[in-house]
Amino acid sequence: MTAVAEIMDYDDVVARFDPVLGLEVHVELHTNTKMFCSCANVFGGEPNTNVCPTCLGLPGSLPVVNGKAIESAIRIGLALNCEIAEWCRFARKNYFYPDQPKNFQTSQYDEPIAFNGYLDVTLDDGEVVRVEIERAHMEEDTGKSLHVGGATGRIHGAEHSLLDYNRAGVPLIEIVTKTISGTGARAPEVARAYVSTLRELLRALDVSDVRMDQGSLRCDANVSLMPKGASELGTRTETKNVNSLRSVERAVRFEMCRQGAVLVEGGEIVQETRHFEEASGTTRAGRRKETSEDYRYFPEPDLVPVAPSREWVEELRGTLPEPPGERRARIQAEWSLTDAEMRDLVNAGAVGLVAATVDAGATPAEARSWWVSYLTQQANSRGVELAELPIAPAQVARVIVLVNEGALTNKLAREVVNGVLAGEGEPDAVVEARGLKVVSDDSALEAAVDEALAAQPDVAAKIRDGKVAAAGAIVGAVMKATKGQADAKRVRELVISRCS
Amino acid sequence: MTELIRKTAAELAAQIHSGEVTAVEVAQAHLDRIAEVDGAVHAFLHVDTEGALAAARAVDEDVAAGRPVASPLAGVPLALKDVLTTRGVPTTVGSRMLEGWLPPYDATVTRRLREAGVVILGKTNMDEFAMGSSTENSAYGPTRNPWDLDRVPGGSGGGSSAALAAFEAPLAIGTDTGGSIRQPGAVTGTVGVKPTYGSVSRYGLVAFSSSLDQAGPCARTVLDAALLHEVIAGHDPLDSTSIDAPVPPVLAAAREGASGDLSGVRVGVVAQFGGEGYQPGVLRSFQNAVEQLRSLGAEVVEVSCPSFDYALPAYYLIAPSEASSNLARFDAMRYGIRVGDDGTHSAEEVMSLTREKGFGPEVKRRIMLGTYALSSGYYDAYYGSAQKVRTLIARDFDAAFATVDVLISPTTPTTAFKIGDRVGDPMAMYKADLCTIPSNLAGNAAMSVPCGQSDEDGLPVGLQIMAPALQDHRMYRVAAAYEVARDAALGGAPILSVPELSGAAR
Ligand SMILES: [Zn+2]
Repeated sequence: MTAVAEIMDYDDVVARFDPVLGLEVHVELHTNTKMFCSCANVFGGEPNTNVCPTCLGLPGSLPVVNGKAIESAIRIGLALNCEIAEWCRFARKNYFYPDQPKNFQTSQYDEPIAFNGYLDVTLDDGEVVRVEIERAHMEEDTGKSLHVGGATGRIHGAEHSLLDYNRAGVPLIEIVTKTISGTGARAPEVARAYVSTLRELLRALDVSDVRMDQGSLRCDANVSLMPKGASELGTRTETKNVNSLRSVERAVRFEMCRQGAVLVEGGEIVQETRHFEEASGTTRAGRRKETSEDYRYFPEPDLVPVAPSREWVEELRGTLPEPPGERRARIQAEWSLTDAEMRDLVNAGAVGLVAATVDAGATPAEARSWWVSYLTQQANSRGVELAELPIAPAQVARVIVLVNEGALTNKLAREVVNGVLAGEGEPDAVVEARGLKVVSDDSALEAAVDEALAAQPDVAAKIRDGKVAAAGAIVGAVMKATKGQADAKRVRELVISRCS
Repeated sequence: MTELIRKTAAELAAQIHSGEVTAVEVAQAHLDRIAEVDGAVHAFLHVDTEGALAAARAVDEDVAAGRPVASPLAGVPLALKDVLTTRGVPTTVGSRMLEGWLPPYDATVTRRLREAGVVILGKTNMDEFAMGSSTENSAYGPTRNPWDLDRVPGGSGGGSSAALAAFEAPLAIGTDTGGSIRQPGAVTGTVGVKPTYGSVSRYGLVAFSSSLDQAGPCARTVLDAALLHEVIAGHDPLDSTSIDAPVPPVLAAAREGASGDLSGVRVGVVAQFGGEGYQPGVLRSFQNAVEQLRSLGAEVVEVSCPSFDYALPAYYLIAPSEASSNLARFDAMRYGIRVGDDGTHSAEEVMSLTREKGFGPEVKRRIMLGTYALSSGYYDAYYGSAQKVRTLIARDFDAAFATVDVLISPTTPTTAFKIGDRVGDPMAMYKADLCTIPSNLAGNAAMSVPCGQSDEDGLPVGLQIMAPALQDHRMYRVAAAYEVARDAALGGAPILSVPELSGAAR
């Protein structure tokens, strides 16, 4: 059983099988408080500090629904072109697990708040695929277990376990697609593009931090293969622990190749949960679903039904951001981008970031240049998504403003950005702390210019003769002497005025 | 001093507020009584002497300083069922599972009592997780009925009812999921009220069956119950099922009823509750009550509620289903006892060992029933059908209340049975709640008021009065009027015939 899984060549897989996908995305809402109590909803924090009788499931405690979470759920539903339930209930999903304070999760079962929608997803070559949405429902997150001792950090073999309930009760929206079929070889790309577009949409809705690395956006990928020409769906696996966009694509691709190898050998796919291993790019078997787990759902008797009025739903519809497709088209026109430039922007996941940077005071060209070149390089070298870099659009905009004001050179600006990325604080604080201010004190610069002119009398003579082009050598010398912290334009002006 | 323990809450409040007696004296008199008789009765699981005296002193300070007292019941002692959380004071729910647990928070009912200056003497015994009709299912031993120490005080709130009948407290709080306030009230000759579902907050009430549980007042007189009802009822934003509406005017209704006039009031006798399985002496006491209501001017008619016949089976699907989920949280991970945490067992095994040890047989029986009823493939046949019965019962109530103002029946088919008699026969035990369950399923208000003693055994009988949701005041008016007529006919309140327990020891 420990044998390394056989892998089928990807082209062979798609030649013989049609992949069928189903994607379940969990989104943690960034409401101020948790789903059913008034504890703060914040990431991190000392373990078990954001807890109360309700989210600890103490005897006698009761839930009260967070109205803001319902509002966010409806807005997400509307943005995904869903119908919004006129009347729906929460349900209890019963199962025992130590990080689940009540040993049931308050969720929704057959009465989701939003259902029957779609999201149009643009692939790299511009092709648009419509992904149909089955439902979006509300539920609460669990706590976190930390297994100490044992080799793997898993519960099996651990010496003891620690439980942190800070995350317990954080509002979650689970968005479930209908089966996605007919995408053939592009299935992995469709999966990534769907999650990417969904993330962009959720960010624009301002309902979640959508940080895959922090778990505020999590994707479970259901994958099955159907022999070409067959009409019956194959047995599916559900891959969890897919923590980045790139992983979504890799996990789907790997599962297709793994399942293909099993099927061509006449084997059967086991319906199970699998875990994606980031390092190897493979999936490994997790909990096997021998019998489908019986969650004994029933309507949550501690909560009253949710019945959003049509007026409220329409009011919320009015607050929706532009759909991602339309937004891209508008931005491309407004920023005068070529198709290729726009595609680079989209692929870098930078549309929203650039727009936010522009909103914070930068020009589109400057903002785009920072995000698609220097910052993309930084993200790549750290192996994270652009949006996951610890720098905010407003901070990038501030750096750009400092450059435009002449307070920073481009070279210094990159150092400031490095400082922000290193957690040294706001750009101005980095400038201060690292002493990166452009030398703009003319008397200091004049001294440096005079020194440089004295050191290169022949060049100085040429400039005095009107050969202004020769000034470059002096400017270079001054820049070197000031360790790049002088404004080259100002230095040039000084050189010419000193020689005239 | 012993005089104080025989007084009603209203009388004690008047004397405390006028300065005639101090709240500390009243509390101490009751604490002394508990010390004297509770060894025999075992109504209390925990007596909070210091907390009670501190609360009493605070009321005395208000009175001494001439400040207005916190409420009409300020300074009056009360026995609190151990199912409601009390900050820093043990709350066991009658279960081994929560032995030693000190809740970090007060239930809303507890908070309201404290804010009203009510003196909480301690926590009363109960069937484990409120599952039972005799208090024999308590992990800490049964409570005994002060009328006959060999008999049960009813359940699950037998500790609260026995505390009243033993004059250990003039007021108590119970919770009623299928009759756990009313049936103990009936068999101990005390008043027990299940208010309309949603009118008393469930926040801090350790859940048995969320859609049925309701806390309510217990007392020896209708007026005292009404005074307590007004202290604990009212909207609570911490309970989503709490009704955001004014508390029904139960105190005014109790005062109005005490004038003894029920002319124009239409009373319906539930046809389904009588006949086979009912103790003849209980039915005779009930008939006497019907005649007395007529003589007070009420118009009495028989009303048929055919779906009530299915109430018991529906209840034994819904309540265990919800309980199986509500009790899942007792897994040794966060609070309560922990069994098997010796480094050789997994978390899952510790959960299992703890639940095996921590829960008693009746609790396990109901968890299994409920787990089964909610299983896929059985859900529709059991839980689903039971919910339909629930709707039918609510419709029967609606139809009945279209023609009458209140419904009446015996509270329970028999008087108090002997300790041990029904322990081996769950079905016989469940039948004690036959008449009380419909109002839990429909959510309307219902109460039990003593209606004399059964002629064959001399034990108390209860008259159940049911009113529509949020019309709790209707039943208080009828109960108060009946109470006056009853006492006139008997030559005094029946509770005064409870045997003297002084010095009783077992
Ligand atoms: Zn909380």
